[in-house]
Amino acid sequence: MYKLLSVITILYFSLFSAQVIAGDDGKLKVNGNNNGYIEVKDCFEKVNRGIFSFNQVLDKAIFKPLAKGYRMFPQPIRSGTSNALTNIGNVVTIPNNLLQGQFKDAGINSARLVINSTLGIGGIFDVASYYGLKKRDKEDYGQTFGVWGAGPGCYFVLPILGPTTVRDSLGSIVNIVGGDAWYNVTIANDTQYFSEFDYYASRVLDGIDFRAKNLESFDSLEKNSVDLYASVRSLYLQDRYRKIRNIDKTTETLSDDDWEELDTQ
Amino acid sequence: MKLFRNFVFFLFLFNFNNISLAKDPSALINEIVDEAASILSSEDPVESKIIKLNAIAERSVDIDGIGMYTLGKFRKTVDEEQKSKYQKLFKSYFLKSFSSRLVDYTNPRINVISQKKINEKYTIVNSILEATSKRPQVKIDWRIYTKNPDRPLIRDLIVEGLSLARTQKEEFNSIIQNNDGDINALFKTLEEFLIK
Repeated sequence: MYKLLSVITILYFSLFSAQVIAGDDGKLKVNGNNNGYIEVKDCFEKVNRGIFSFNQVLDKAIFKPLAKGYRMFPQPIRSGTSNALTNIGNVVTIPNNLLQGQFKDAGINSARLVINSTLGIGGIFDVASYYGLKKRDKEDYGQTFGVWGAGPGCYFVLPILGPTTVRDSLGSIVNIVGGDAWYNVTIANDTQYFSEFDYYASRVLDGIDFRAKNLESFDSLEKNSVDLYASVRSLYLQDRYRKIRNIDKTTETLSDDDWEELDTQ
Repeated sequence: MKLFRNFVFFLFLFNFNNISLAKDPSALINEIVDEAASILSSEDPVESKIIKLNAIAERSVDIDGIGMYTLGKFRKTVDEEQKSKYQKLFKSYFLKSFSSRLVDYTNPRINVISQKKINEKYTIVNSILEATSKRPQVKIDWRIYTKNPDRPLIRDLIVEGLSLARTQKEEFNSIIQNNDGDINALFKTLEEFLIK
């Protein structure tokens, strides 16, 4: 708990000062006139592009073939796997619901976790939805920092893990210093019920499940992009912006600023 | 009296024409989705499907508007000659990537759910691309330009909250910026894409 508090305190100061520095250089618009949309600076673009290419090679050699293989399993198996992974993810979502003041969602997610872990046999079956407790959006510590007002900091690409920002990667660090109960019972603490393998297997499966759900979208993006790196960066940042704002309606996410002056009729 | 009757008749005709010409944005999406689905599920050769899909795009998408939007801040610095070259290249690029994205789908089922008028110029139409055994359900919103209500045009597709026009804009801007603001670098990239 002490570690968690320390991390949160350090993050609070580092990200707010990062916002000031970013604003001073005049290149990064923070809370500019673009409907609050934050334009994030790609601080190490050349290095990032190199890592992105490396990740692309890994994807083609390992993750894409694995995702294709995973796709060959019958739909009920894939749905069960996806449900179980979502169920595990709730142990990170619930504290973040609380930290963001989403008490109703925290209650629903807690009930879903209990019901699906027991009646749903380890989360394989989404029994909670049957009882009217519908699935909620995932939340993580990066999103929570964003909700608290922390700027994203620089955008960068991590080997294997892919796109992130300073804020989001620091959010991931919170997971391994006590913020993720699943990590705590598998890796941080030596319990007789789970092993390290369980944690890593769940993380890899999560990645493969995501990749399998998006095989065609990724192929299409790759085929039609003239700068794939820039496309992925844009999609990642748009997605994080939307998630941090916890908004679901397009009318609230998109700015008309650029469109307004374009009259073609 | 006859004059009055003719006047009423013309008035009726005029109003009727007005009503029939003004197109509801949801109706536009329903119409093009049905038309595209029928093309994609047909036994036509791929080339023929592409020609028909492109015809839909040319009719219902504001390609010039999207093109200028995707230039972002650089649209203020291009001269008329560059602008004209860009618009031609962008149209070819857009149509190629549009049909290439769609032609892989055999029978996409899109249901229009609702629409919301943002202002006089824009209406957002909300729809759902139904799930298949391969992928989950996808939420697709359409930004419709309604300045001329008789001819609404699509300006953006927002897939699960992610704007394709914005992504395209940031992609093009990245190319120009990484070449010291030279728009010719974008022209070269687009030309290379077109001959691929």
